[in-house]
Amino acid sequence: MENHEIEIPLLETRRLTKIFGSLKACDGIDLAIAPGEVHALLGENGAGKSTLVKMLFGVLEPSGGEILWKGRPVKIGSPAQARATGVGMVFQHFSLFEALTVAENIALALDGNVPIEKISDEARRLSVDYGLPLDPSAHVADLSVGERQRIEIVRALLQNPELIILDEPTSVLTPQEADKLFETLAKLKAEGRSVLYISHRLEEVQRICDRATVLRHGKVTGACDPRQETPSSLARMMVGGEVAAISGAGLGEPGEVLVEVSKLSAPARSPFAVALKDVNLTVRAGEVIAIAGVAGNGQSELFDVLSGEVTVSHADQIRIGGVAAGRLGITARRLMGCSFVPEERHGHAAVPTMNLSGNLVLSRYASDRKTFLSGGWLGLINTGPVATATKRISTDMDVRKSLVDPLAGSLSGGNLQKFIVGRELDRQPRVLIVNQPTWGVDAGAASRIRQALVDLARSGSAVVVISQDLDEVFEIASRVAVINEGRLSVPEPVATMTRERIGLLMGGFHDGAGHPQPEALHAH
Amino acid sequence: MDMTQAIILTIMTAATPLLLAAIGELVVERSGVLNLGVEGMMIMGAVAAFAIAQLTGSAGLGAIGGLVAGMLFSLLFGFLTLTLVANQVATGLALTILGLGLSGMIGEAFIGLPGLKLAAVEIPLLSDIPFFGRILFAQDPIFYTSIVAVIGVSWFLFRSRAGLRLRAIGDNHSSAHALGIKVVRTRYLAVMFGGACAGLAGAHLSIVYTPQWVENMTAGRGWIALALVVFASWRPGRALIGAYLFGAVSIGQLFAQSRGIGIPSQLLSALPYLATIAVLVIISLNRRMTLINTPASLGKSFVPER
Repeated sequence: MENHEIEIPLLETRRLTKIFGSLKACDGIDLAIAPGEVHALLGENGAGKSTLVKMLFGVLEPSGGEILWKGRPVKIGSPAQARATGVGMVFQHFSLFEALTVAENIALALDGNVPIEKISDEARRLSVDYGLPLDPSAHVADLSVGERQRIEIVRALLQNPELIILDEPTSVLTPQEADKLFETLAKLKAEGRSVLYISHRLEEVQRICDRATVLRHGKVTGACDPRQETPSSLARMMVGGEVAAISGAGLGEPGEVLVEVSKLSAPARSPFAVALKDVNLTVRAGEVIAIAGVAGNGQSELFDVLSGEVTVSHADQIRIGGVAAGRLGITARRLMGCSFVPEERHGHAAVPTMNLSGNLVLSRYASDRKTFLSGGWLGLINTGPVATATKRISTDMDVRKSLVDPLAGSLSGGNLQKFIVGRELDRQPRVLIVNQPTWGVDAGAASRIRQALVDLARSGSAVVVISQDLDEVFEIASRVAVINEGRLSVPEPVATMTRERIGLLMGGFHDGAGHPQPEALHAH
Repeated sequence: MDMTQAIILTIMTAATPLLLAAIGELVVERSGVLNLGVEGMMIMGAVAAFAIAQLTGSAGLGAIGGLVAGMLFSLLFGFLTLTLVANQVATGLALTILGLGLSGMIGEAFIGLPGLKLAAVEIPLLSDIPFFGRILFAQDPIFYTSIVAVIGVSWFLFRSRAGLRLRAIGDNHSSAHALGIKVVRTRYLAVMFGGACAGLAGAHLSIVYTPQWVENMTAGRGWIALALVVFASWRPGRALIGAYLFGAVSIGQLFAQSRGIGIPSQLLSALPYLATIAVLVIISLNRRMTLINTPASLGKSFVPER
């Protein structure tokens, strides 16, 4: 500990503040990153993490306070200046250009006029050195999410930075890809570089970070050695209260079959889509089935056929409550008591440019016609009951907003997701199908959403959760299946499922060795 | 000069304004800005070129005047859409309507006056090459400019770092901003280049193609140029081919009319648009083609975080 005090930090902020209108996004942040240290920045969505790193990288101009680099005050007015200072950044939402090649993307982040060919060679060399294989001449449009992240990292490394900022880097990676990333980070640390690691995954932070600074509502609420803390003590610093532990284990005996998918195959609808291959799934009342898997293995395709956004060739391939529903559209399935929450919040689950009450009516105008509409075929909206329902949902799910009925797009990701899930739960659906319920959502909101899903199952509904987040899967599921290249494994009780086994299934190992299965998995 | 040469020359003269306006708009759209005001900028260029040529007695100054007029007019578009973040489609349409009206007002005094024609420049030696010499190397300066523009824009977009930045902005302006690329400044420059090209294209109409001032003399060529950019899938070389193809169609249409050939002229004038729709359909069949060929932030307003 003594060392930290004497050593001059590589980067230090003093009373760094950023004000947007009346909102203090960052309020007097003190942060010190030592040389060769992996420093975690923890906090919920809207805590001010992104604002803080944007100031460090010169994208936003601070309203007050100062930034010190190696003990000297600096002004970082632009990303180019940040790079010149020695700060590299890997963005959460990739700042890549799909129409351009890997080398062109890298060239854009470099200053000066180095020829593209030279950049290609250098990128290839670096990518091999750090175990991040990349083809510089490939178009980004053709690459997977993991490969795209490698471009960002290589791009940052090419400038030989002393501090690398990574914003939620593992949220898009498989456990195996994440392990590779951690190896790369260890290598960077060994070279004496510092890393500022932004994450909401406590387990990861404990595994790889030397120190952590925790933000809440734009203020620093704690600085600690994450290895000395427990996940719940870290979570407490983040959300300012105990995060309720959730368990799906307490669910009772499952009841009648509510959803039955049998021998469902569907061709890929575009060159980028995945074909579903012989999917079989039975979901009973009172259980939560989690479908794990790495993004892009058929999750959205499966969600689309379950929700009726895409109909299947034979009606009896999907049965809901015993009724053949495969040819029915989404509204017809909603009328049968189903509810759906798609993955993409903006533009799929909600219209960002409409207010919350409008979004409520859009998804429930048919199922709650009697309450929300009047005037027969005129379909006039009853603003009173709609406003009441909007208020009820917001209160039930603790949706934090500044207006009574704001535009959906103005809410933070976590708050909008709480509203969207709440909107469907408010109907008490018999069947709820959710795709990535807590993607990019902060710990407090995620815990609330997960609890709501478990509660729904406990009240006797069937819940299907498609999720990439293994912590979530283990927290709420009664049974777990894994989707890989459009094939779904046989759901196994969560009690006998291990992370290793899920990892194997994700990688396409369907042998089931050591786990006797009633049926051979997709032997054909 | 034989008949074939004459036909080819006529087609090239008809194609030059299309090519110039299209190459300018191509750069604008590559930067993610959709300026539907090409027709308006062209007609402003046409009237300014004619007027300045009349007043100064120099067709060369007229051509430069047309270029500057188009550029100034495009700055109005730039100010509204880039600084005030107005809707690009509505502003572009307004620019066209304003240009048509304003040019009619300015040009009233010049109706019926005999115009000055920009003289052809024969390039020594090269213009003596049999057959091609007369076609390629004994043309007016605006023709040469259009060819240089195609080569220059090609090089700029795909070989230079500034061109790479411009394409990046057109693909994803938020990411470009996050990387520290000056989005608004680049777009201003692109819009001004587009305006200059459209203005020069208009000048070509009033001091080369038909040296006189007639109200609405652009006759929809700005719209053909816009269609041409899509037809070319935002590639300069294809814009060149497309411009000559569309030029040939417009000449063919006149030819068919004069010979009384039974193809309805309306069908022929619709041909460029039909071809453009066909190209759009082909591009959208494949998501990868769309991603790689279309500027993804085309027409979207950019408001930087502060």
